[in-house]
Amino acid sequence: MKAVEALQVVVGGEAGQGLVTVGQVLAKALVRSGYRIVVTQGYQSRIRGGHNTFTVRASVAEILAPRESIDLLVALDGVSVALHEKEVPATGLIVADRAWVGTNAPRFLGVPFAELGPQRMVNTLALGVAGALLGLPQGVLTAALDDLFGGKALSVVEENRQALIKGMEWARTQSTAFPPLAPAVEGPRRLMLNGNEALALGALSAGLKFFAFYPMTPSTSIALFLAHHAEKMGMIVEQAEDEIAAVNMAIGASFAGAPSMVATSGGGFALMVEGVSLAAMTETPLVIVVAQRPAPATGLPTRTEQGDLDFVLHAGHGEFPRAVFAPGSVEECFHLTRLALESAEASQGPVFVLTDQFLADSYRAVSPFPLEGLSWVNPMDPLKEIPLPYQRYRLSESGLSPRLLPGLSDHLVVADSDEHTEDGHLTEDLLVRKKMVEKRWAKGVWLKSRALAPDYRGDPNPDLLLVTWGSSRGAVVEAADTLKQRGKRVSVLSFPQIWPMVPNLFLPFLEAAEKVVSVEGNLTGQLARLIRRETGFFITQRIGRYDGLPITPEYILRHLPE
Amino acid sequence: MSTGEVDHTVQPAWCPGCGNFSILKAVKKALEELKLKPEQVLFVSGIGQAAKAPHYLQVNLFNGLHGRALPAATGAKLANPSLTVVVESGDGCTYGEGGNHFLAAIRRNIDLTLLVHNNQIYGLTKGQASPTTEAGQITKAQPGGVASAPFNPLAVAVAMQAGFVARAFSGLPDHLTALIKEGVQHKGFSLIDILQPCVSFNKVNTHAWYQKRCYVLPSDYDPTDWERAVKTAMEWGEKIPLGLIYKNNRLTFEEHFSVLQRGPLAGKGPDFKVLKEIMEGFF
Repeated sequence: MKAVEALQVVVGGEAGQGLVTVGQVLAKALVRSGYRIVVTQGYQSRIRGGHNTFTVRASVAEILAPRESIDLLVALDGVSVALHEKEVPATGLIVADRAWVGTNAPRFLGVPFAELGPQRMVNTLALGVAGALLGLPQGVLTAALDDLFGGKALSVVEENRQALIKGMEWARTQSTAFPPLAPAVEGPRRLMLNGNEALALGALSAGLKFFAFYPMTPSTSIALFLAHHAEKMGMIVEQAEDEIAAVNMAIGASFAGAPSMVATSGGGFALMVEGVSLAAMTETPLVIVVAQRPAPATGLPTRTEQGDLDFVLHAGHGEFPRAVFAPGSVEECFHLTRLALESAEASQGPVFVLTDQFLADSYRAVSPFPLEGLSWVNPMDPLKEIPLPYQRYRLSESGLSPRLLPGLSDHLVVADSDEHTEDGHLTEDLLVRKKMVEKRWAKGVWLKSRALAPDYRGDPNPDLLLVTWGSSRGAVVEAADTLKQRGKRVSVLSFPQIWPMVPNLFLPFLEAAEKVVSVEGNLTGQLARLIRRETGFFITQRIGRYDGLPITPEYILRHLPE
Repeated sequence: MSTGEVDHTVQPAWCPGCGNFSILKAVKKALEELKLKPEQVLFVSGIGQAAKAPHYLQVNLFNGLHGRALPAATGAKLANPSLTVVVESGDGCTYGEGGNHFLAAIRRNIDLTLLVHNNQIYGLTKGQASPTTEAGQITKAQPGGVASAPFNPLAVAVAMQAGFVARAFSGLPDHLTALIKEGVQHKGFSLIDILQPCVSFNKVNTHAWYQKRCYVLPSDYDPTDWERAVKTAMEWGEKIPLGLIYKNNRLTFEEHFSVLQRGPLAGKGPDFKVLKEIMEGFF
C-alpha cells in the first residue's frame, strides 16, 4: 500500500461511548510518533446521547486547518455512518460494526466487535483497528492509552490494553486498500496541547496569581486546568457565584496586587461587562478571555463562531482604551495571553484575549515553549518612582500613574468607580473630570505604540488578498496555498491583535491588492467593517461562516467570489 | 499616621441629621481603639450614600460598583490575606443588587467585616423602596405601597450559620463601636446590620421609631445557641434586638488554601521549574 502524507480520521458516536478517549489516544499516539495534527471537536451540549465527533487531521508536514473530506471514519454507532458516509470518498474507509455493514460493502471494514470483546470495549477495539490502519506502532498506542487511564484501576487499564491489542491484531489480518501514513520526520518531541491549555500555560508563565470564573463552555477547561495546578503554582482559583462576582473579584485581587484573569464565553461576558468599565475607571489591570460560541443568548453552546468581536470591542460604558488579542494558533494562545497580562499591567486597564470553541478545543502538536528567562508581571516593581504625596491617579502626559498596592507600601491607595481626584476620592469637579477622561484615554497611545502588526504572507502585489483574524487564519493560509498551486497570486493578511488598530501597519497591503476578500466566522464581516471605520478601505467581498462549524480551506474555495 | 478624618476639602455629602454621621464616628473610634495601622486596613464599598463613608476615613479604599463590594473585597482579601478588610455599604447595595454575593460571602466565611447601613430606603436615588422597606409602605416609586415582603438579613445569615451576625443602631454609637471592634476581631465573615434613620426619604422608620423599639440583648444571651439565635433574628416590629445575635468558629475560607498561608500573592513570580513539569506532562 502506498503511504500518504496526510489524512483525516473522524471518530463518531454517541456521547458516553468513549469516542473522546479514542480520539485523544489516537491524537497522542500521532503526536508522539512525530506527526502534526489538527483536532476538531464537535459535540452536542449533553453528557450522554446526541451525535458527537472527534476529528484528527494528521500529517507528516505542518498543517494549520481541518479538512472536510474524511479518509477514515470510525463509526461507533449507526448514526455516524448515516451522517458522514457521504463525506468519505471512494478512496476512504469506514470502520463500523460488522453486524450493521456485513463483510462485503465497498469502502466498509466490518469489525466483528461482538466476537472480539464485550460491548463496553467497542471504543478501545475500534481504536486498535484505527491505529493499525494508520500504521501506528502498538507500543506508542498502548503507552498513550496507559497515560490517559493513569488514574483508573489496574484491571480497567489492563482490559483496555488487551482490547486495543486485539483490535490491532484483528485489523492486521484484514486486507484493505487503505493507505497508512508515511513515516514521520525525525525531530524533537512535541506537546499535544489545545488552545485553552496553551492559554492557561501562557498565563501561568506570565505570573498569573488569581483567576475567578463561573463555568461556561467552551472556556471552562481553562479554569479546570488552572484549578488543578493552582496550589503548586502558588495561585488562587475561585469558582464565583456568577460572572459578575468573578470579574469583580478579579478586579479586587488585581487592585491588591495579584495578576488576575477571568475567562468566559459571550453570555457570561455579557454579565461581566460592568467589570470592564470598572477596571478602566479604577485603572486596574485585568485580562478577560472570551472564548466565543454561536449566539445570541444561549446559542449553540458547544459549537464555534467569531461573532463577538464587535461586542468585545465596544463592551463597557464610557470611553477608555483597551487592547484585544486574537490568537490564530495554539502557540499564539500561549504568547498572546502572556502579552495580554503584560499589557494589562503596563496600561493599568482591561485587555482581552478573544478565542473560540474551535481553537479552545483543538489539539495540535506544539514545540515546547522555552520557559527559561521569561519575564513575568510584577506589580511590586521596586524600581517604580513614587512622587510624593502619593496619589493613585496623579496626572501625567502618558496617562500612567504610579500604582501602589494597598497594605504593601507606607502609602494609602484609594481607588474609585466614581469620577475621582488625583488622590482617588470622588469628585464632581468638572475640570478634574475632563482631565481624568483625557488621562485615561492617553494610555491608549502606549497601547497603540505596542500594537502587533498584522501578519502578511505572500506576494506584495497579489491578485487576491484574503483578510482574516483569530482561529480562521489556518484555513485561510491553507486555502491560499491551494490557490497558489493553481497559479494564482494570493496573499493573506491576518490580525493577531485587532485593537488598537494602526492603519499604517496594513493599509498599504490592502491598497496594493487587485482584489480583497475578508474571511471571518460571522455573518456581518465584523473585522472588515472595523477596517472600513478605521481606514475608509471598504472590503466589499466577504466570506462568512455562522453555522457553528469552523472555517475550512474547502469552505473558502467554495465561497470565493469569481 | 493614624486613622482620622482625611484632611482634604471633601465634606460628607449627607443630609443634616443623617444616621451616617454617627456610624462614621463609631467606625473611626473602633479603628482607633483597635490601633490598626491605616495602611493595613482596606475598606471596600459599593454605591449609595453609605458607600461614600470610607471616603471620609484615612484608610486604603476600593469604592467599586453598586452591589459588588463583597466580590471585590473577596478578591482583595485573597490577594493579600494580611489586610484587615471592611466592607461598608447600604441595604440596597448589599441586600438588593448584591444579594447573591451576600449569600456567597456567608457560605465562604471569608475573614472580613460587612457593615450595612440599613435605613430601609434608597437614599441616593431619593426614596424608592429597598429590600428592607416594610410591606405596605408608600414611596414615590411604590405609590400603592410596597407589595413585596421585607428581607430579613439577620434571619438569613443566622439560618446559613454565618460566622458572626449582629445588629446595631446608629442612635447607640458606643454599642455600635464595641460591635464593630468585635466584628473586625472575629476570624471569619462578620455581618453588622446597622439600623439608621433616613431623615429625607423614610418618614416611617425615624430615629424615634427605632429608639422606641430597639433593645440591647441581655448579658446572659448566648450567641452560640443557634436555635435561640434563629428566634432572636426573627424578632422585629414592636421589639428589635440589638447586639451579637449569633456566632460560631467555622474555618475561614482562607484557611482552606495553603497558598494563602504564605502571605500576599503580589510580587511572587511563577516557579518555572514546576511550570516546566506541568508543560512536559503534555508530551
